[in-house]
Amino acid sequence: MYLLIAGGGKVGSNLARGLIRGGHEVTLIEQRSQTFDRLEAEFEHQVHRGDATELFVLERAGINRPPDVVVAVTGDDEDNIVICQLARDRYGVETTIARVNDPRNQPYFDLLGINPTVSATESIMGLIEHEVPEHGLIHLLELRKENLEIVEILVDQHAACAGKTIRDLALPEGSRVISIVRNGKAEAPDGSTQLAPGDSVLAILESGKEDELRKVLVRQ
Amino acid sequence: MKVLVIGCGRVGSAVALELRAAGWDVSVVDEREEALGRLGDNWSGEFHVGQGIDLQLLRHAGIEDADAVVVTTDGDNSNIVIGQMAQKRFDVRSVVVRILDPARAEFFRTRGLNVVCPTQSAIETLTNAVRAFEGALR
Repeated sequence: MYLLIAGGGKVGSNLARGLIRGGHEVTLIEQRSQTFDRLEAEFEHQVHRGDATELFVLERAGINRPPDVVVAVTGDDEDNIVICQLARDRYGVETTIARVNDPRNQPYFDLLGINPTVSATESIMGLIEHEVPEHGLIHLLELRKENLEIVEILVDQHAACAGKTIRDLALPEGSRVISIVRNGKAEAPDGSTQLAPGDSVLAILESGKEDELRKVLVRQ
Repeated sequence: MKVLVIGCGRVGSAVALELRAAGWDVSVVDEREEALGRLGDNWSGEFHVGQGIDLQLLRHAGIEDADAVVVTTDGDNSNIVIGQMAQKRFDVRSVVVRILDPARAEFFRTRGLNVVCPTQSAIETLTNAVRAFEGALR
């Protein structure tokens, strides 16, 4: 595979190292001169110096071939967005992967159809939700395009839903219980299934309705 | 009529002052508090301090009911993404974006942005000035 990586910081340079080790062809673009000098000593002709949002820099680095994947991992979200837009819409690159530095900028990536995106903050937040059970609701999978999420909820002894049947729960519109894991075994529930403390409930719901679901299933 | 001016440098501040004088409701956004000084002592519009990319700030500054948005921060890429957000998400009817790099200006113009590229204008003006001199010599 041929990959173009914009941004030669810790993320970009380590990606390049790993990909080259895996037998892939990589071109790295770095703007900062000190960082570039360091990278050049290691990567030689595989690193180019310049602003990866400039068309001539991208072209010199080989974007016209085009690469199989463009990875935009600079420390600047606006730059990462523009790099991916140019790669996709001007040079016909089929796959772009962008880093989101500030999760508050995620709506820009979504609006402009730039995905997949990777955000360290969001990843760590996901891990915290997995590791800290009292948080109540664990995000298992996000289907961003479909605007759906699959979550897991642990039914606590004092949870409002303990002892109720699924039919009696006022689940938010568009959400559905898809499985109940009890004593290590997954069951396909129906309306008459009664929830018990210790159950682990898997539900699918529209993104943004987590709080409504939490009210029904977690709160006392 | 309401206009949001994002980026209050030499250009943004002058645009804000002209539109205010022409009777527009003007709301200005800049990340530096000192930029307010460019609007003079009697600024009668709004002024908000913060990053132009901050959606909460844009809403607070009134982007949802703005008729026009002028994006002139000192970063081309910031202007490009903010302009697209104003146009596609907030459906602002008139969005004008300054892009200094002629190559990016040309590309994003083809993507439907209303782009002003002062660099391109300068290139043409300077070239034409020399060509006119050349013509006068003949």
